[in-house]
Amino acid sequence: MIRVALPYHLRTLARVDGEVRLELGGPATIGAVLDALEARHPVLRGTIRDQVTLRRRPFVRFFARKEDLSNESATTTLPDAVATGVEPFFIVGAMAGG
Amino acid sequence: MQDAYIPMSKVRILVGTRKGGFILTADGRREHWDISGPHFAGWEIYHLKGSPAQPDRLYASQSSGWFGQVMQRSDDGGRTWEAVGNDFRYEGTPGSHKWYDGTQHPWEFKRVWHLEPAPADPDTLFAGVEDAGLFRSADGGLTWHELAGLRSAKGQLWQPGAGGMCLHTIMLDPNEPRRILVAISAAGVFRTDDGGVTWRPANRGLKSPYELPDPDAEVGHCVHRIAMHPSRPEVLFMQKHWDVMRSDDGGESWREVSGNLPSDFGFPIQVHAREPETVYVVPIKSDSEHYPPEAKLRVYRSRTGGNEWEALTNGLPQRDCYVNVLREAMSVDTLEPCGVYFGTTGGQVYASADDGDTWTAIVRDLPAVLSVEAQTLP
Repeated sequence: MIRVALPYHLRTLARVDGEVRLELGGPATIGAVLDALEARHPVLRGTIRDQVTLRRRPFVRFFARKEDLSNESATTTLPDAVATGVEPFFIVGAMAGG
Repeated sequence: MQDAYIPMSKVRILVGTRKGGFILTADGRREHWDISGPHFAGWEIYHLKGSPAQPDRLYASQSSGWFGQVMQRSDDGGRTWEAVGNDFRYEGTPGSHKWYDGTQHPWEFKRVWHLEPAPADPDTLFAGVEDAGLFRSADGGLTWHELAGLRSAKGQLWQPGAGGMCLHTIMLDPNEPRRILVAISAAGVFRTDDGGVTWRPANRGLKSPYELPDPDAEVGHCVHRIAMHPSRPEVLFMQKHWDVMRSDDGGESWREVSGNLPSDFGFPIQVHAREPETVYVVPIKSDSEHYPPEAKLRVYRSRTGGNEWEALTNGLPQRDCYVNVLREAMSVDTLEPCGVYFGTTGGQVYASADDGDTWTAIVRDLPAVLSVEAQTLP
């Protein structure tokens, strides 16, 4: 089981409180987590990664175990502590003003 | 006894702002307003618009620099909303347009600027997007398909201005469904007569001596907004970057009607609901200083289809006013007398229930207003 922590605006959009818990059928990669998240909450399609290129949106960040995984490939396997649900996979809106 | 003449109608004003949507409602007197919102708090709401065929069916464009484009639909006048499709894919190989450095740059979807529901079918609507393109949905916004022929109208020559290369105006001809007119910032007006398959520029008569190397160029004019009266779709009024223009032949040719305006720069333009020759603009000092001339917020009204304009100031700030009024941020209702509404970048929404003669602020402290749409409800 994977725990995904969404930023405020995406929690509102997906109408979820707290973390999203996902069961993955295969390896716990970044891409597999995003696939499962979008399958559970289709409204999130296009808000985290581009629907055509599947590239991460520029002002979205992926964090796990105090590491920035934003620029890792979709096939990157998540750390064991995240893959087993001990710690969450953080999807974060980048800092900005205005 | 006066009440006997006031219709039992209601007015709903849909307001899009930099940080959410707001819905303002009043009865036909338009004196006391209820304000709901923010809807989609914290998101940019470029535009909300209701279906003429089913007024409680609303559509909203919700976007964010972080999370991109979301589309929303309501079937109860904005009390509840449901996210619909947000997959705006340009048809085929998107191709390229002119970039700031003169090179060609591929088309990239950024956001939906304008929504235009079809007159008779609540499930059909058009979306004008940045980078400039026109999309159509026939299933209530669930799926979107581009009318790609538009970009064949010299799209390779279109070049974004500082505000982005947005398609911001969609005019559906009430008598001829196959005729559509669109306007694109820094590209101009384009017209189709075959339902969107083929398009051609409709910019003859526009002059842009300070913006273009060829002032009479076929494309490239910075059109800010077009308005028409539904009874006369061939008569069009335009607020261009500079110049207020008029066409009497559906955009085949344009002539200037700026007349005695204190500045002919501005963004919105609107036509009175029952007087097709009565037009409203909000002059702005210049493209360098986006606020009202002399710091006085004045709506100008022409009752002669242009050229002769009168300042409407009653109830509007006449000193120290430095707001702007953006292109989508003016609308009219269809009551008698005509209600006129506009929103400012300072967060005020002003309303007039008497054709523009007097104004009051319905609300003063919203986020910067991007769009205002009035609905007249039974």
